[in-house]
Amino acid sequence: MRCLNKDFSAGIIRFNPIFILLLGLCPALAVSTSLDNAIGMTAAATFVLLGSNIIIAVIRQYVPKQVRIPVFIVIIATLVTIVDLLLQGFAPALSAALGIFIPLIVVNCMILGRAEAFASKQGVSRSIMDALGVGIGFGWALALISLIRQLLGTGSLSFFGQQLLTIPGLVEEPAIIFLFPMGAFFVVGLLLALFKWLEAKK
Amino acid sequence: MRELVVIFFGMALVNNFVLVRFLGLCPFFGVSTKLTNALSMGVAVLLVMLVASAVTWPIYHLLLVPYQVEFMETVIFILVIAVLVQIIEITIRRTNLTLYRAFGIYLPLITTNCAVLGLAFINIRHEYTFFESIFASLGAGIGFTLVLIIMSGLRERLEITDLPHAFTGTPIAFIIAMFLGLAFLAFAGMIG
Repeated sequence: MRCLNKDFSAGIIRFNPIFILLLGLCPALAVSTSLDNAIGMTAAATFVLLGSNIIIAVIRQYVPKQVRIPVFIVIIATLVTIVDLLLQGFAPALSAALGIFIPLIVVNCMILGRAEAFASKQGVSRSIMDALGVGIGFGWALALISLIRQLLGTGSLSFFGQQLLTIPGLVEEPAIIFLFPMGAFFVVGLLLALFKWLEAKK
Repeated sequence: MRELVVIFFGMALVNNFVLVRFLGLCPFFGVSTKLTNALSMGVAVLLVMLVASAVTWPIYHLLLVPYQVEFMETVIFILVIAVLVQIIEITIRRTNLTLYRAFGIYLPLITTNCAVLGLAFINIRHEYTFFESIFASLGAGIGFTLVLIIMSGLRERLEITDLPHAFTGTPIAFIIAMFLGLAFLAFAGMIG
């Protein structure tokens, strides 16, 4: 049980995919313009990660070592196609907002990395905990980036159509640059520096 | 002809793959520490992009569309790109060993580079013709190489700069990427 807890918590902070391992950066920067997109992206990526970790952990004994990477990629690509079609069918607005970054989950190094480093060596239950931990780690990192960008870029915070809060003064003249690509680089750069500083202080 | 030029510069400068579209960030931050490495990586990506566009376009339009299996594009494209990278690697190793050594590990790494797969999707989503997609891949590859070279030059200078500890390495690279992005924003007015 303690082992499962450790697998679960590793991905959240200590080996956070975005802030510590710098994996899966492309979607993290590209879709973090609003909280809705961040949550949609996290849900899609976590579904694929969970599915691929489970399937790979189940079949790991039957896959010859030499061809394991192509097998993993085909499994991940199939799951990505399922997510893509589900989003197109049930959440067309979200699907349009995320654009090509949904099919590009295939080449997200975070997912292939977990398949190769964890699921191909461990059992099913540990792989599930690992996938959930990494998914949550990816999720809060994405949510934090998009929270800052949305708050400063629009002066307000909305969540699936619901207005949560507005900053008087900033709403009339928002710092739109935070919604631009440059804003993403700036915010992530400062957050990375912050985490490095916290690490050094410890 | 004018269309092709617009697509080329649009891909290379206005909608630069790294700075505006956020594709290929892993090699951008991973390989941009030395000028020679950046050049090898950039040329390798350009080569794979060109071949991948030339192959995925016919597969989509002559195979997937007539049989109405467009939903298979993700699976097919990633497999085709993986095979292509292998073929290019073997061909280069057999014909030019110096070039093979120069590329090193960068060539196999391109399989999981989202810039190449992303370009294949962009070609389809924008409904480019075959020649347009070739020009788009040329523009994307050259734009990627250009930014990678600029970045590596800047980071070589940073090596000898005195920085606060928290900003050394990747964080300052992100801040520099922001300034590069601001500079590239000026190209937006070039194509109306």
